[in-house]
Amino acid sequence: MPVQNTIALKPVNDFLLFVQRHTGESITSCYQCGKCSAGCPTAYAMDITPRQIMRGIQLGLKDEVLDSSAIWLCVSCQICTLRCPREIDIAKVIESLRQLSHAEGRTHAQRDMAVLYDTFLQQVHLFGRLHEVGLGMMYNMRSMHVFNNVMRLPSLFSRGKLKLRPEIEGASEVKQIAARVKELERKPS
Amino acid sequence: MVESDHSSKVGARTYSYYPGCSLHGTAAEYDISTQLVCQKLGIELRELEEWVCCGASAAHSTDHLLSLALPAHTLKQAEEKGLPLAVPCAMCFSRLRTTIHEIKNKDTLNLVNSAIGKELGEPVAVESMLQMLADESISLPVTKPLNGLKVACYYGCLLARPPEVVGIDDAENPQTMERLLVRLGAEAIDWGLKTTCCGAGVAFPRLDIVLKLSHRLLSLAQKSGADCVAVACPMCHANLDMYQKDMIAKFGQKTKLPVIYFTQLMGLALGFSPKELLLDKHLTDPLPMLREKELA
Repeated sequence: MPVQNTIALKPVNDFLLFVQRHTGESITSCYQCGKCSAGCPTAYAMDITPRQIMRGIQLGLKDEVLDSSAIWLCVSCQICTLRCPREIDIAKVIESLRQLSHAEGRTHAQRDMAVLYDTFLQQVHLFGRLHEVGLGMMYNMRSMHVFNNVMRLPSLFSRGKLKLRPEIEGASEVKQIAARVKELERKPS
Repeated sequence: MVESDHSSKVGARTYSYYPGCSLHGTAAEYDISTQLVCQKLGIELRELEEWVCCGASAAHSTDHLLSLALPAHTLKQAEEKGLPLAVPCAMCFSRLRTTIHEIKNKDTLNLVNSAIGKELGEPVAVESMLQMLADESISLPVTKPLNGLKVACYYGCLLARPPEVVGIDDAENPQTMERLLVRLGAEAIDWGLKTTCCGAGVAFPRLDIVLKLSHRLLSLAQKSGADCVAVACPMCHANLDMYQKDMIAKFGQKTKLPVIYFTQLMGLALGFSPKELLLDKHLTDPLPMLREKELA
């Protein structure tokens, strides 16, 4: 919630209110110092910086924020969270934006990142554990980068790094958990 | 190697063991070296039977509740065993600790309980393998000190952040791994990128990012005089070890730098052979350097 005894923006727009409620973080406390962007390892590749994401939320620029590549290029390293002088968990904020972007199907700016995560979870839903070979194959097909990493296979294979058979312990548990999660998320909170 | 007879006596250093998916796949070296080292040090690891994936970045990037429910399932299994949980993988460790942190909130706990269909009680202690093995009350029967080996200790992100969740000595300049390796006879070099991200899990879609970030780390470690980089995370290991050929092609990096799990270095000092420790499985071969140092 907004820090008292300080000059903070009034939470005036729906997007800001939504993000604050969803994360429990005080977005209005951000005074745009830019430490988050300075420390961010992937900021150089983003269309807008973490500081601009925070400003975007304050100003209610929902489309600019949710359609950005930046929220999908955040790797959750949490340097921003560690160094924020206003103690905002910025990584958590960006993570929740990613979830929202995913839920609203607005992942086009970094479609392959979303495809990777979806494929990963699909593997986990199937087997209970991640099958790395299956992830690689399915990712290549779904992202249509069919030959991605194919040249690496011989050196990985010769070192016995590739397990062809998935481990399936816990598969039924994960299916049940995933089904219950879906059910719970359908209920309005 | 993992003790599965649960009727056997529980020693002071008996842990449930959660290897995670990577250690059963591309990071088998980390799994095997961890088990050998623990055995040598009298630490018993009992692998949870039906553990499931922690969900990693895929879950917490797309589905908040799922990202808590998957680790919670494992926490419940560990709770039923009543033993502290030892976790080598930095990602799994982070997800488990984050879940414990988040279910302190009653509403979150209720939701997570509904998702896993069980009631979570008091969670067991979850420890990273690094923190566990760096405990200075454990005596280290060193038979082959790592004399003359200069190591750049690399923590990456998730063993260092957020400090209140992971419980590290210093989030910007941790010394846990350094102290451990110095006890084994190695020299820990001082360098500035030990908690800077290597590019994490984006290699499939954005190899360019991994190459840039990992190359920066390796170059600085090399310039700082390191013979190798020590890691405690399978993702960091993959990024730093697997793509050095690509880095040479892209950035003209001069020489390769071996990237070794800290448990493999421990294993060497405790008398295991490079082959037992699967040191021949890395893509950047550490054996020539280790032979030069008379450690292999």
